[in-house]
Amino acid sequence: MRLGSFLRQCQAVTRYNLETIWERRAVSVVAIFGIAGVVGVMVAVLSMAAGFRSVVTGQARDDVAVVLRSGSTGESDSILNHQDIQVLWEAPGVARGPDGPLVSPELFVIIDRKKIGAGTDANVPLRGVETAGFALREQFEIVEGRNFEPGRNEVIVGDGAAGAFEGLLVGDRIDVGRTSWEVVGRFTAGGGVAESEIWTDTRVLQAMYQRGNSWNVALVRLRDAEAFEGFEAALTDDPRVSLGARRQTAYMAAQSEPIEVFISVVGWIIVVMMSAGAVFAALNTMYAAVSSRSREIATLRALGFSRLPVVVSVMIESLVFGLIGAAAGGAASWFLFDGFRAATINWASFSQVAFAFEVTPELLVQGTTLALVIGTIGGFLPAVGAARRSVVGALREQ
Amino acid sequence: MSETSFSDAAAGNGAATEAMVDVRSVRRTFQRGRTPVPVLKDLTLRMEKGEFLALMGPSGSGKSTLLNLIAGLDRPTGGEVIVGGSEIHRLSERKLAGWRARNIGFVFQFSNLLGALSAERNVAVPLLLTSFSARERRRRVDIALEIVGLSDRGKHRPRELSGGEQQRVGIARALVNDPMLLVCDEPTGDLDRATSGEILDLLVALNRDHGKTILMVTHDPVAAERASRTLHLEDGRLADCGHDGTVVVPVHEPAGAAV
Ligand SMILES: Nc1ncnc2c1ncn2[C@@H]1O[C@H](COP(=O)(O)OP(=O)(O)O)[C@@H](O)[C@H]1O
Ligand SMILES: [Mg+2]
Repeated sequence: MRLGSFLRQCQAVTRYNLETIWERRAVSVVAIFGIAGVVGVMVAVLSMAAGFRSVVTGQARDDVAVVLRSGSTGESDSILNHQDIQVLWEAPGVARGPDGPLVSPELFVIIDRKKIGAGTDANVPLRGVETAGFALREQFEIVEGRNFEPGRNEVIVGDGAAGAFEGLLVGDRIDVGRTSWEVVGRFTAGGGVAESEIWTDTRVLQAMYQRGNSWNVALVRLRDAEAFEGFEAALTDDPRVSLGARRQTAYMAAQSEPIEVFISVVGWIIVVMMSAGAVFAALNTMYAAVSSRSREIATLRALGFSRLPVVVSVMIESLVFGLIGAAAGGAASWFLFDGFRAATINWASFSQVAFAFEVTPELLVQGTTLALVIGTIGGFLPAVGAARRSVVGALREQ
Repeated sequence: MSETSFSDAAAGNGAATEAMVDVRSVRRTFQRGRTPVPVLKDLTLRMEKGEFLALMGPSGSGKSTLLNLIAGLDRPTGGEVIVGGSEIHRLSERKLAGWRARNIGFVFQFSNLLGALSAERNVAVPLLLTSFSARERRRRVDIALEIVGLSDRGKHRPRELSGGEQQRVGIARALVNDPMLLVCDEPTGDLDRATSGEILDLLVALNRDHGKTILMVTHDPVAAERASRTLHLEDGRLADCGHDGTVVVPVHEPAGAAV
């Protein structure tokens, strides 16, 4: 068969199939819904993972080091004392601000707050910071009220935390034990994980939790990203301290990985199960589509059309269903979930991280790919079946 | 015998010598489960160019089977099928499809139009298999619709047309490639008496005025009467018969012996 004739036949049969889709919408809609559901769930789940990752790692920098007691995996199980901080002040490669070295020793405790909507208690990080803490988070900005005053029982609340937990609005009071804190401001930090936290003055927090002169973690701004190796080597070699340093980017990625993996694995299990259902729906639709047209297909073949264009046209139709499903599912997940706020536990710190779903173009491409795979599988068997059918046999059926 | 039928056609084709269809000792056996069911048994048939041949026989006697063999839709279990000089029993299935597209016009019992397409696009379907220019296609569609008397109905969908009109569109589609042989399997089987008459008038005119060679399967004696010759299929073999449907002479020689 000459190529020109083949293409003309494919085009003619495909065009005919597509022109009749609307008349067959009742059957087609099942497949389209099935595929749309799969794509929608997949994009939603992955956008959740993407949103979580971008909150946790989004503000992380290559030229910031996270320093913990060596052997610690997270802030909660790390203790730094005054000497540790002094060593950091003098370490090579540390950047200096107007008030001295950009080293931010921070205290980290966890308090219980009720989640909005759920009504159940969840862990919220309460972080004690000093001036350097603000300098290290360049995107920090008070969006309501004012900053806390050192030495007073005042806190400021991250935007994400304020939206996710009860009683964290400016003017509210937080009672922890016998102490009462006043919420005096709300802040943003470029969408980073800090926005899920409550901040207060380190000294006040140390006194209240009887931490003396100790901290959990220190963030250190380096002169540039290349300074990290020298800085880390100096800490490791210093016999006075036992500290470990990691780049903030690597640290945050490691923090977000378990939860990302969890979301993705659970999500993919759901997606795979739904995909199986969608493949059956697509198969069903295409079998119905083919059998409702078996007389027409037989007529075309009697008139001299060959098998392959029939296969191709059925496949194309099935792929078109896939594309329509992908568009519907992708659009639905975009409108329903993009920017949708959620909070999940950060396993490393066992605290809640508030984040927004992120429906990215890459996810939509992945969703479309999956839809096309489903369309291919769903169309193939019916297409081959239609082509193998004997013309005479199909014409005999009334 | 067949000479009388020829006079009906009055096309002056009685002198034609070149066989359009030459079916030699054809057998066609279907498999029903494990049992072979012989439908055509050593059947021989000759049909001249310009003939309008009616093929009659009881239901299930194998009329459609024979027509499908001649039209290149099916292949014989044994024997030879030569149509327009081509030994089509030797052609591969793919080659047969191309051969059908060029040489055969099909008219089905149910017009088998594509429901989503207008009449003129239905008529144009076989032209998609050719390399004619758009202009030439347009011209051929117009001619075919004019021949069947539906020039003004080209834009209508099949469901907007009457049964007889649908069948006319089917005939226009069969004509549009100017095939050498028109095969019609019970073309009036689904139509009322009056409409059948119109369709038969059209077929007769195609044969008489346009010189089309036509093979028509029917079980309606009234329809068969319009043909130039009638053959009767019974028990897998052919018999000549008169217009009243009674068998005149059982023949095992080619029916075209009249030549
Ligand atoms: N594709 C097929 N497979 C099996 N049996 C068939 C097939 N085509 C026809 N037959 C059988 O062959 C016989 C003749 O059929 P057919 O040629 O359609 O008869 P007619 O057109 O004279 O009514 C019938 O018994 C039918 O069941
Ligand atoms: Mg029949």
